[in-house]
Amino acid sequence: MDISLQNIEYRYQADTPFERLALSDVSLDIPSGSYIAIIGHTGSGKSTVLQHLNALLKPTKGTVLIGSREIRAGRKEKNLKAVREKVGIVFQFPEHQLFEETVEKDICFGPMNFGVSETEAKRRASVAIEQVGLTKDILEKSPFDLSGGQMRRVAIAGVLAMEPQVIVLDEPTAGLDPRGRKEIMDLFYQLHQDKNLSTVLVTHSMEDAAAYADEIIIMHQGSVFEKGTPSEIFSAPQALIDMGLDVPEVVRFQLKLEQAFGRKMGKVCLTAEELTDVVASFLKGGNPS
Amino acid sequence: MMEKVLFGRYVPADSLLHRMDPRSKLIIIFLYVCIVFLANNPWTYLILAAYTILMAGLSKIAPRFLIAGLKPVLWLVLFTLLLHLFFTKGGEPVVQLGSFAIYEEGIRQGIFISLRFLLLIVVTSLLTLTTTPIEITDGLESLLGPLKKVNFPVHELALMMSISLRFIPTLMQETDKIMKAQMARGVEYTSGPIKDRLKAIVPLLIPLFISSFKRAEELAIAMEARGYRGGVGRTKYRQLNWTFADTGMILLLAAVTLLLIVFRG
Repeated sequence: MDISLQNIEYRYQADTPFERLALSDVSLDIPSGSYIAIIGHTGSGKSTVLQHLNALLKPTKGTVLIGSREIRAGRKEKNLKAVREKVGIVFQFPEHQLFEETVEKDICFGPMNFGVSETEAKRRASVAIEQVGLTKDILEKSPFDLSGGQMRRVAIAGVLAMEPQVIVLDEPTAGLDPRGRKEIMDLFYQLHQDKNLSTVLVTHSMEDAAAYADEIIIMHQGSVFEKGTPSEIFSAPQALIDMGLDVPEVVRFQLKLEQAFGRKMGKVCLTAEELTDVVASFLKGGNPS
Repeated sequence: MMEKVLFGRYVPADSLLHRMDPRSKLIIIFLYVCIVFLANNPWTYLILAAYTILMAGLSKIAPRFLIAGLKPVLWLVLFTLLLHLFFTKGGEPVVQLGSFAIYEEGIRQGIFISLRFLLLIVVTSLLTLTTTPIEITDGLESLLGPLKKVNFPVHELALMMSISLRFIPTLMQETDKIMKAQMARGVEYTSGPIKDRLKAIVPLLIPLFISSFKRAEELAIAMEARGYRGGVGRTKYRQLNWTFADTGMILLLAAVTLLLIVFRG
């Protein structure tokens, strides 16, 4: 399912003294099966973009296309459930949305809201709980007896059990330890590959964006600053650093090395392995690839 | 969702009302709430309305915004109006439909009471619109100061107030966030049958309660860690200062009160 934002503008609290322009003239495409990272500072509008992806917010100007559904500014929209079933959002700190008595009930909550039968929802819950790396015996526990990391996983399972076609992740690893981060990021990448799930990752972490995304969109002050593949984006790391954004450690190292030697290595590397090869041949005096 | 609620919000601006001492504003509100009951005929209501409109003008808050903010309470006003129309008896019946009648007195009372209601809402909103919560608490603490002599916990009360006011926006934000998270999981808050919408409150309230308790605990620990021991011997960073304008405004209200007493029937 493709999602496309066409020249959207969004104003918070329009027509009040608190009016604030959050997005202006943002256009972007999320083709079916792609993995897209949206990056930007706090306040750059990335979370606002995210809420347009399943019509939690309606643009104040422009059009949002979600599959065959068109959401246009200034029009009353009915029955958005169908859209929300297909686009699952994992919000920042999703563990805050847990409320049921047992983990199983909480995971079943989403699917059953969308009309899935109880037996089917339970089946999905037992699948989802293992997808997020927990064991089935946790299903009977209260979500409030779990550790923070486990709660996060349960909340993610609750979104996965909806079996969305597009999954939108807002800083899914915020506040987790490094190992937990990697596990969660790998889990989503696995799902993306196995089920051809379109994935949108909203993040501060350039490392994650570089490692997983096919395309990176950089937001700045409510508009799209730049978009491209990771190697395109990081081919001019200095511009990003000047903007106050991070670049991956590998890219930073290469940049420093190039500055120290006063010449370019020809190719931007995104992984340590790639960089090692390039640096090795560079130091041997060979022609950089 | 909750963006339209006017009551309890602060709009920064540079106006006479914004600059006034919170104490004088609190005294004025308190007196106003009392003198509203003096009005009992068209003239006195006109005086009150004129005073209220003057105050709204002095606040430099866009009238359009004030009016838009009143919309949510209009239902309550309408309800009061209807209640009086149908249930207050007295004077000549104006409309008679079988055993059901609307009386002159009902119309009169209905209009007066709803007007009183509206005026009260506008004036109290003006207080919060032009005064930061922290100023209000400082003002209250200072006004209630004498009660300390009889061991009334004035400081603690003020602290409780400022903490709860401080967390209103946070709570609103959180409500919005959790609402959206549950909407993304298929809950409908704005459409669908009433029964379902009522049920939808549970997945909203439980997370809110849990996070509020957690936050209260964290706040208590943070305050203790910074050596908070209550109000004894504490000095103030923000000083209140009473100016000529404050005295003037109180005198204006006194004049209005006098007029009301003269003109009331």
